[in-house]
Amino acid sequence: MCGIVGLFAKSPAIEDRLGEHLAAMLRQMSDRGPDSAGVAIYRDPVAHGHSKLVLCSPRVDEDWQAVGDLIGATGGPAVRHNHALFTLPVAPADAQARAEEHRPDLRVMSAGEVIEIYKETGRPERFAELFDLSDVRGTHAIGHTRMATESRVTTEGSHPFSTGEDLCLVHNGSLSNHNRLRERLRKAGIRFVSENDTEVAAGYLAWRLREGASLQEALEGCLDDLDGFYTFAVGTRDGFAVMRDPVACKPAVMAETDDWVAMASEYRAIAVLPGADDARSWEPEPAQVYVWEREPVA
Amino acid sequence: MSWKDKARENGWTPPGEGSGPGWRPGLRESYLYDRNVIAEIQRAAREGIYDIRGFGAKRRLPHFDDLLFLGASMSRYPLEGYRERCDTTVTLGARFAQTPLELKIPITIAGMSFGALSAPAKEALGRGASAVGTSTTTGDGGMTPEERGHSDLLVYQLLPSRYGMNPDDLRRADAIEIVVGQGAKPGGGGMLLGHKISDRVAEMRTLPQGIDQRSACRHPDWNGPDDLEIKIQELRELTDWQKPIFVKVGAARTYYDVALAVKSGADVVVVDGMQGGTAATQDVFIEHVGIPTLPAVRQAVEALQELDMHRTVQLIVSGGIRSGADVAKALALGADAVSIGTAAMIALGDNAPELEAEYEAIGSSAGYYDDWQAGRDPAGISTQDPELAARFDAELGGRRLANYLRCMTLECQTLARACGKSHVHNLEPEDLVALTVEAAAMAKVPLAGTDWIPGAAGPSL
Amino acid sequence: MSTTLEETFDLGETPLRALNQRLHDLAGTSGGHVRVTNPSGAHAVACGIDAELEVDVDGHVGYYCAGMNKHATVRVHGNAGSGLAENMMSGRVEVDGSASQYCGATAHGGLIVVHGDTSLRCGISLKGGEIVVRGSVGGNSMFMAQSGALVVCGDAGEALGDSIYEARIYVRGSVKGLGADCVEKDLGEEHLAQLRDLLERAGVDDAEPSQFRRYGSARELYTFKIDNAGAY
Repeated sequence: MCGIVGLFAKSPAIEDRLGEHLAAMLRQMSDRGPDSAGVAIYRDPVAHGHSKLVLCSPRVDEDWQAVGDLIGATGGPAVRHNHALFTLPVAPADAQARAEEHRPDLRVMSAGEVIEIYKETGRPERFAELFDLSDVRGTHAIGHTRMATESRVTTEGSHPFSTGEDLCLVHNGSLSNHNRLRERLRKAGIRFVSENDTEVAAGYLAWRLREGASLQEALEGCLDDLDGFYTFAVGTRDGFAVMRDPVACKPAVMAETDDWVAMASEYRAIAVLPGADDARSWEPEPAQVYVWEREPVA
Repeated sequence: MSWKDKARENGWTPPGEGSGPGWRPGLRESYLYDRNVIAEIQRAAREGIYDIRGFGAKRRLPHFDDLLFLGASMSRYPLEGYRERCDTTVTLGARFAQTPLELKIPITIAGMSFGALSAPAKEALGRGASAVGTSTTTGDGGMTPEERGHSDLLVYQLLPSRYGMNPDDLRRADAIEIVVGQGAKPGGGGMLLGHKISDRVAEMRTLPQGIDQRSACRHPDWNGPDDLEIKIQELRELTDWQKPIFVKVGAARTYYDVALAVKSGADVVVVDGMQGGTAATQDVFIEHVGIPTLPAVRQAVEALQELDMHRTVQLIVSGGIRSGADVAKALALGADAVSIGTAAMIALGDNAPELEAEYEAIGSSAGYYDDWQAGRDPAGISTQDPELAARFDAELGGRRLANYLRCMTLECQTLARACGKSHVHNLEPEDLVALTVEAAAMAKVPLAGTDWIPGAAGPSL
Repeated sequence: MSTTLEETFDLGETPLRALNQRLHDLAGTSGGHVRVTNPSGAHAVACGIDAELEVDVDGHVGYYCAGMNKHATVRVHGNAGSGLAENMMSGRVEVDGSASQYCGATAHGGLIVVHGDTSLRCGISLKGGEIVVRGSVGGNSMFMAQSGALVVCGDAGEALGDSIYEARIYVRGSVKGLGADCVEKDLGEEHLAQLRDLLERAGVDDAEPSQFRRYGSARELYTFKIDNAGAY
């Protein structure tokens, strides 16, 4: 049970202050999710065949320089609290494999060409401080504050969940058939690191996408294959998508101005954005996929 | 010993002595298809609808009976009965509420609606509880003036149906209990069958008279703990942060549910085990959903301790509390207070042997009567029939309930003194041992004479 | 007690508690006017009033605005979040923009006017309150509504009036689907008069009562019959 936020910049002014706006939105969702917080930020794409890798260490004094040497990073580390961002001259899957081979004790938070995921346990206000998002520029981002329902409060159990290259998922709600589904997905080769229901939804999306479904198709597949209550926000390379279950009792509100598109569990998270009072706002309909994407950069 | 005696010893009715066919030499009853199972299949085939009844779970379950206290002897010092104090006071709701509830005894009366119960029965609950300084609770049907008038301390329930909910009663209440679920049916909604929807009940619930009332299982304006947190904020604003706010859950995933109630901002968490009673619920729900009270108390306390909220957020436990021993054991496992419902009705006069002939006339028997949904209660308690209700003497019922509550409290104090406690809250899990492996595992107290707690880390004997 | 009180609370600076406490302290009075600025999506704004006050809220509010209102007129010049005027007893709550889920949930009395749309479950478990929506309402509206009325000038979503009791529903536009035990009913003189009255009190002057259709309970689920088991 949680708070979710998403912000998609339509103007350079919003891009310049994306991290600051995101942090302000997250802080508004603290009461909905006091246990942990996380963000996925999309910015600074690397060339195809290269990758951005975010690693997380159990220690805040990790020797990230040594980690970079070990995995053959050509950029980084850019350290935020106990996370570090590297760039590598190999594809994301290979970058992830290198990290897992050389430093299995570190956790891969994200691997892609654009995405950076940061997440940690503790109050969202503290997260915003520790990870100091205020200087972060970017095109779009999603964020999450968590009130753990049935799984433990851990970094692994925090959102966003990576669902494949440059894709991630955040969730508000609670699934009711994730345990059997997890077993099915495991057999299909999807890996899981927690008992979390959202991780199963993320694994489901990753599996459908791997099997050739479009994001739209994969999300629509959730309507048939996931039982329970959910509002999902999915971060993609070029934007984000939102979908609610057919009952739709978990809240979601969307708003748009000339400068931004935003989604949140409650309006108060949108109220902190410039021009929010005059934004066009509406609620996503149940069982409908909403997608905002910029024109892909060639 | 005659075969008839042998049959009686086995709890069976010999032919000619009861209404059904009986055992004779050579007849072997199936364990799988015993008479109750066969009767239920036959009933379902005849009626085509699930069985709805009152009372709580009837199956055998691990319970407080499977625990014993370690009284003081050489290593500990007992307190003298009657002379050395053993306090029983409880404060509920000091976490956020400016006017917490102060109880003189750690036993409260659980929510039972006017509708499920007759007006004089509700009055008697108020009289009995007030006489000993404890609280009563409304129910799924709103607050009646009689009930408010006779209850010094009244907890007002906020249920999914919101029947009779209004801000005046909210402010008149001494505490507010948000009902998420009850032990008899975690995940289910309320029901009140047509013959109990009298004019007055119908009016209080804004329903047509005489229809079957089906209540929702989810609240109409919030879903999930993240939204509950906002609902609690509204209730606090509505009542100017005066009233304690309880959250009641049926025992199922108790560890998580209690943790979420605390995170949502509850002052008090009420955990109702699967033995908890009901006025009208499907038998399949009563017997097959939820966990017993015994493991639920322990899981609830673990959640509170993990959040460092034990004793800051109070825990009230209900579901099968019948005696001072049950009270003391629930407190020893970490509860702050208990609630009684079924036992309170019995104290008022439900299932009284004096009414045997009348119970028989409606196809039941004193000691078995569970058709609380039917509204034909000869004791005048679970009914809306004015003639039946008029038989019930609210003053006498109130005195009996007060006696019963005093007796339970004395029993609880007796056990606490024997363990050397000057307040019943000083009872600890370490004062208990278990008689069965099941109870040891569920309550996480050692099997008597060992230090073995099944499933726990550490040395085992 | 009549008063000419005129006060403003800026929620950007003043805590919500101060606003609501002041509103509650005015219980039993009439004639006062309170303005609330910078609500920024705050919850429980102006809930629990028991006075003939006028309250204007400049901006968007969160959950449970004007919850359990008695006697007061609360106007939101913006959008409202979930549970607008939940369990309202009397008075009037008006929203210039749209309202989220559970609008007017369990309201026992009073009039709610939403000039935009409402999302899901508008009028859920309604117990006598009246709701007029100038736009459209989302799915599951009037679920288990017991008494009272909902007027929808636009369209209604899925499962309208599921398990409805004696409440009335009037819809001018399309209905995506009716819920269990909800059926279309005749629009008689009594209903036209009720509609005319509701539209007038809501200040709707661009809709004619005759343009609406009426929906209500088929009363098939009032007592359990095994043949209806599929509808539960």
